[in-house]
Amino acid sequence: MESSSTSSLAGRQHEMIIAGFGGQGVLRLGQTLAAAALYEGREVVWTPAYGPEMRGGPAFCTVILSATPIGSPVVAAADTAIIMDRPSLPKYQGQVRASGVLLLNSSLVDPALARTDIPCYAVPAQQLAEEIGDGNIANMVMLGAFLHLTPLVQPASVLEALRATLPERRRHLLPLNEKALLAGAAVIANAK
Amino acid sequence: MTTQTRKLMKGNEALCHAAIDAGCLCFFGYPITPQNQVPEYLSALMPKHGRVFVQAESEVAAINMVYGAAATGVRAMTSSSSPGISLKQEGISYIAGAELPCVIINVQRGGPGLGNIAPAQSDYFQATRGGGHGDYRTLVLAPASVQEMYDLTRDAFDLADKYRNPVMVMADAILGQMMEPIAITRPPLPLPEPHAWGTRGTRKGCRTLVNSLYIMPSELEAVNQRMQEKYARMGREDTRWEETATEGADVVLVAYGSAARVCRTTMDILAAEGVKVGLFRPITLYPYPSDALRRVGEQTKLLFTVELSAGQMVEDVRLALEGRCPIGFYGRMGGVVPTPEEVADAVRAKLAGV
Repeated sequence: MESSSTSSLAGRQHEMIIAGFGGQGVLRLGQTLAAAALYEGREVVWTPAYGPEMRGGPAFCTVILSATPIGSPVVAAADTAIIMDRPSLPKYQGQVRASGVLLLNSSLVDPALARTDIPCYAVPAQQLAEEIGDGNIANMVMLGAFLHLTPLVQPASVLEALRATLPERRRHLLPLNEKALLAGAAVIANAK
Repeated sequence: MTTQTRKLMKGNEALCHAAIDAGCLCFFGYPITPQNQVPEYLSALMPKHGRVFVQAESEVAAINMVYGAAATGVRAMTSSSSPGISLKQEGISYIAGAELPCVIINVQRGGPGLGNIAPAQSDYFQATRGGGHGDYRTLVLAPASVQEMYDLTRDAFDLADKYRNPVMVMADAILGQMMEPIAITRPPLPLPEPHAWGTRGTRKGCRTLVNSLYIMPSELEAVNQRMQEKYARMGREDTRWEETATEGADVVLVAYGSAARVCRTTMDILAAEGVKVGLFRPITLYPYPSDALRRVGEQTKLLFTVELSAGQMVEDVRLALEGRCPIGFYGRMGGVVPTPEEVADAVRAKLAGV
């Protein structure tokens, strides 16, 4: 069931780029955010880069969140880019608007290589994920950081969306996901 | 905001649910990107619902299996992407000639040749002019959202039965791959009874024959005349389009499918600058909404067509208007999707000269 939520999207939509390599949960990060936004009654579009993709190869998706119906599903300029690995930084940071934000997985990406004209947040997502106990959950650390920085969707909705999409045998991972979201949020809270 | 539950789904997945809900008994396909989720989902969904799923040995085999299944009077579907749809053309001509209903999905990609797997709309001529040999047409539906991937695929089965004619759903790599919320509000149909004209084995005193061979020219001409009457009836009864802010507009964008989505954002950009801009979106590409477009064109300063092609639908726009209104065009090819701003630039440049 969808519930209404306070609209911080009034007037405009939020366009995002999420990039990394296959296996980092890049597409899943975008899908989870999209599902959470849908849970709050938003309009959403999730689009993957689609090609001869493979584990370890480049992975990329875009997400558009909006309070009103979405026109073009293609993100030409992003409000936020979540960069999960080093090769993705030079490839995509130029597509972020002058008013936009960069979020880097600083376990793998050197923040010194990032644009200096826009805010850039270094989140050691891989390291934090491993400290929490599962290196596969760096994507949720980044999502937690993003949602603390840009509170368009409640973290509770992310957990609801995960609950709805995870098979029964994987639901025991929900507390782990919550920890990851909180760890990411804490990085931004301390940076501010 | 909707109150009913909406689900996040890929376009390719949505059309699979539509096929199940429409009572499609048989799916025959062969893998090709960017429609691979269709056979992937259906290979699970069809057996689960007691239906038939066959991965054929080729596209040619798949369309001929559709021909065979349709000849028995049941609902059948195949799916492919541009190069694979080219391979199916002979079979589509035979199905049209035998006047059988079926649904063909084309999740278009860049061409010609093997091209690439990025979104394109360069199969418009092939889809709307018949595609194979002979004087036949397929009814062509063009979804512009994941919701319409479901809705129009569902309708495709009814329209195919209504006219005993192949119906094509023209999507592209964006519509197939992207996820959007959809609401499925129509209840699923039970499997329909096979049509009485189907060839289902001999029954005493009842002979049915499915064929597209008529040796006598006068006989074949009569068949063709009946088919032409059928196409004219499609035009009268099942032409579809959508107009947004066309009333009093100085410029009306004309686009279908993904290009129409880009134009929807271009409209917002231009409207914010004070341009009176509308959007005319054909939903049936054949029959083309020529009369409605003519009415819009006669009351505006400029019709501006946008396509992911070198300019194919724009020929139907010109045919509809017969010189009554200036017509602009902007297209990108080879899998490139224009940005809304880029389209706005092209419209501004053309408007300056009108």
